[in-house]
Amino acid sequence: MAVLLLGEVNNGELSVDATAKAVSAAKSLGDVTVLCAGASAAAAGEAAAKIDGVAKVLVAEDPSLGHRLAEPTAALIVGLAGDYSHIVAPATTDAKNVMPRVAALLDVMILSDVSGVVDAGTFERPIYAGNAIQTVKSKDATKVITFRTSTFDAAGEGGAAPVETVNAAADPALSSWVEDKVAESDRPELTSAKTVVSGGRGVGSEDDFKIIAALADKLGAAVGASRAAVDSGFAPNDWQVGQTGKVVAPDLYIAVGISGAIQHLAGMKDSKVIVAINKDEEAPIFQVADFGLVADLFDAVPELTEKL
Amino acid sequence: MKVLVPVKRVIDYNVKARVKADGSGVDLANVKMSMNPFDEIAVEEAIRLKEKGAVEEIVVVSIGVKQAQETLRTALAMGADRAILVVAADDVHQDIEPLAVAKILAKVVEEEAPKMVILGKQAIDNDMNATGQMLAALLGWGQATFASEVVVEGETAKVTREVDGGLQTIEVKLPTIVTTDLRLNEPRYASLPNIMKAKKKPLEEKTAADYGVDVTPRLEVVSTKEPESRQAGEMVPDVDTLVAKLKEKGVV
Repeated sequence: MAVLLLGEVNNGELSVDATAKAVSAAKSLGDVTVLCAGASAAAAGEAAAKIDGVAKVLVAEDPSLGHRLAEPTAALIVGLAGDYSHIVAPATTDAKNVMPRVAALLDVMILSDVSGVVDAGTFERPIYAGNAIQTVKSKDATKVITFRTSTFDAAGEGGAAPVETVNAAADPALSSWVEDKVAESDRPELTSAKTVVSGGRGVGSEDDFKIIAALADKLGAAVGASRAAVDSGFAPNDWQVGQTGKVVAPDLYIAVGISGAIQHLAGMKDSKVIVAINKDEEAPIFQVADFGLVADLFDAVPELTEKL
Repeated sequence: MKVLVPVKRVIDYNVKARVKADGSGVDLANVKMSMNPFDEIAVEEAIRLKEKGAVEEIVVVSIGVKQAQETLRTALAMGADRAILVVAADDVHQDIEPLAVAKILAKVVEEEAPKMVILGKQAIDNDMNATGQMLAALLGWGQATFASEVVVEGETAKVTREVDGGLQTIEVKLPTIVTTDLRLNEPRYASLPNIMKAKKKPLEEKTAADYGVDVTPRLEVVSTKEPESRQAGEMVPDVDTLVAKLKEKGVV
């Protein structure tokens, strides 16, 4: 049994947190080989080799792999697939783009957003926005999996795996990169932050989201938002916490003006400590919160920011 | 050009899914069903492209139980031109896996020859987020997933995608797959006259066997259970108490 794990590489840099969480999820399935692909990926490969539990690292460098376009990345993985029983990745937007394509090219089903490993062929995954957990047994020869990183602890450092280079597959040239618009921020990344402060529809406007950001900055936290807040245009989509956005499990999650729709709870209910601030005492968010405060957020949040 | 939009009949997104007592799945008997919300966005996008003159015909297709024809009528009432229903299951509890759906869709694409297939990025029942990517793979097409903007320019489409940390814009050759994310558009409601008109629009009925696709699941469902519930904690009277409690927990 051997596992090929697609490392999360962005602009030549390895996202160690997401990759190390996928390594710890995959460890029980066999020896883990991490594939780092990019226009430049050598440095990412070096970083991956240090993750505890990694047996080998493959580095593929080619201009066609530079922007994680699905077609050349999937072609590369399919070319390597023969040596592996499992092909896995952390469930990032890049991997969710690439891995189902890989699965279909191999004529197997995808196991997406897996939250638990029962054995080498049996896995748990949330369905219906996290309202049910399904255990499924794959009948396919190769298991193609994305792991929901929030449910696995990151593997530590201290490994020294050998690094080999592999060639990119021929680029099918079906799509090309135009531009990235990455929000510049000094805040921690949402899915790996220790603290997250999220705002909902109750915040009222894009401008008023500043009070959420101020509390987050005081705590060194990431900023999140409910789907309702994103739908209303108060916050960008990459802040969205929930089943159709990001799934987070920080040490502290502060939900401000969020009613607690099922789809939002699915994205944050594994947080260690949950605080809810809402003026509606009937809001369902209070049913999952460790500490609830019924208050007008425009009074309570600035006061909290000041007193922390 | 012609656009194909696959739509799925799923539990209405306002209804809380409940696990059946025997753990065999989620109870869908006598539950309100609707079009998957991301698929509504896909239908809306196709209609907007038609209104801009980039698209001549919109064909909607649904694969599942016979009752999915209601979902197709909804899409026709929104503004799609005709519909294909592929009956692949008798029981509403039988979910057709994305791989099988993609294989049937690939056959539909062969017959219909659309220049673009627009799909929802994810169905809110199985939450797989896979059908579009799988269809692109089977057809050997490019894919533009999680779209927040679609602009058709001659033989290419420029698509802005929602990715971790921001937005990515790519250019993809036609024919192509597009999957929709939340912010692409806000779907319209069908007006009563359009609902009446939709009843007269053509709806062709087929079966999975007509396309020679085996829909036997690759994933065997061992069990379905409720997630572990979280206990409610305590209410605090004011910010000072909250700060003290958080310090006590060691999280600030």
